Amino acid sequence: MLRIEGLTKTYKTGDKALSDVSFEAPQGQVIGLIGPSGAGKSTLIRCINRLVEPSSGAVWLNEVNLPTLRSGELRRARRRIGMIFQEYALVERLTVMENVLSGRLGYVGFWRSFTRRYPGADIANAYRLLDRVGLMAHADKRADALSGGQRQRVGIARALAQNPELLLIDEPTASLDPKTSRQIMRLIVEICRERNLPAIINIHDVVLAQQFSDRIIGLQSGRMVFDGPPSGLTEAVLTQIYGEEDWTAMQKGASEDAEAEAEEKAQAEKMLRAL
Amino acid sequence: MSIASAETPIWQHRTPRRRLMLWAGWLACVALFVWCWERMTQRTIWAFVWDAPNAAADIGSRAFPPRWSYMERLWGPLWDTINMATLGTLLGIVMAVPLAFLAASNTTPSRLILRPIALFIIVASRSINSLIWALLLVSILGPGILAGILAIALRSIGFIGKLLYEAIEETDISQVEAITATGASQSQILTYGIVPQVLPAFYGISVFRWDINIRESSILGLVGAGGIGAQLNASLNTLAWPQVSLIILVILGTVIVSEWVSAKVRHAVI
Repeated sequence: MLRIEGLTKTYKTGDKALSDVSFEAPQGQVIGLIGPSGAGKSTLIRCINRLVEPSSGAVWLNEVNLPTLRSGELRRARRRIGMIFQEYALVERLTVMENVLSGRLGYVGFWRSFTRRYPGADIANAYRLLDRVGLMAHADKRADALSGGQRQRVGIARALAQNPELLLIDEPTASLDPKTSRQIMRLIVEICRERNLPAIINIHDVVLAQQFSDRIIGLQSGRMVFDGPPSGLTEAVLTQIYGEEDWTAMQKGASEDAEAEAEEKAQAEKMLRAL
Repeated sequence: MSIASAETPIWQHRTPRRRLMLWAGWLACVALFVWCWERMTQRTIWAFVWDAPNAAADIGSRAFPPRWSYMERLWGPLWDTINMATLGTLLGIVMAVPLAFLAASNTTPSRLILRPIALFIIVASRSINSLIWALLLVSILGPGILAGILAIALRSIGFIGKLLYEAIEETDISQVEAITATGASQSQILTYGIVPQVLPAFYGISVFRWDINIRESSILGLVGAGGIGAQLNASLNTLAWPQVSLIILVILGTVIVSEWVSAKVRHAVI
């Protein structure tokens, strides 16, 4: 379980990216973090695993306060925090399998990782994960040979290879088309359900956030301005987070998209049966 | 103001003032050129210059045909030259790679001490031509191939080090971030996050430098550092023009082959 208390980040330039953010993420809960660009969503996620050092506040993960850890302890804590990135952040010139196994780097020694002699259990688990995300056939391809959606699946498998207790997900769909975005979001949510994992998903797309999260947190210039169920995202709340916009039309358009997708799927199934 | 009105503003690329300055600038350049030409040719003996085509034709006729039988005495020095270039490049790589990681701002362990030192070594190596390194080393180590290998290596450090550290600095930070987030150690971040990204650049730079070193090692013999250059020097001193032309042909052939190999290898890794 993750508990954040009074998390604050002030950058060297004096910009206050986060001020006094506090919330709890219980087991298995998918939290959608929304807010305009520059609201501090990325900073919040990175302050948890300390890719960005928080200025003050506490981040409790299973009774360990992450900001107080020294480098060795921090590495051990990071092993259990999976992270999925916007531009996939795969090591492009390594194979899919090497990328998935890189999730085990915190657990194996330098020479084992350097010579790619990972323990048999890790390799077996990596194959299971590749099968889970539907990339079994691509294990030995280079990461840069895959499509965007496939790369993001590798990113998911890498995060899961860490055997995480928490998933941090930074704009997982920002570089994907609408349909692939839905598939990726669905996969992430399914995996969180299977493993009872808490996840914080930083996401631009309000409609996707509403559709796939159990809970929404809204950030506006570094402050939490909303915390509640997706159904609580009313016009007034969205206007408070993002400013004036025709929110109803946007949500209606999105539900039409979803319907069209469902119809397309039904059509495809019909065609398959006809064959 | 509407477009239809008679007084559409006149647009010009440059203002009259800037046009005038441009003209003045060109005039100054031409004046400088004329003055320089005067200075340069003050001590030229024009009779020699007018005679140049004849002199060239004379040397050309003496140098042709190349003395093919001399080839049997060139194989040894040619082999030395190629070895000098290859071993020198390898030695240069061994020293340049750690330097590059120390010099790159994103991988250096100490920004204030080690990085400036590494950068200084790279600049020092680059600023001295390998012919000058060879001159120094021949007087220190005595003539021979060893001086040549070290001269090539010392010059290569700067070249490989500079290009490699620039490649390291241009790596994609998000891949490094992702590897860091898995709980990897510093050395694992280096081997997984950075090395795969710079490997193609590394191969390309190394082969390119080897190709340059083949050319450079063929002249090191002029200052006593062994290889085919020594033969060239001896032939020039004895005015053995048919041998000179043969040596030049051999160097040309070697350079073409090395360039071809280097292009092939770079094409294969990138």
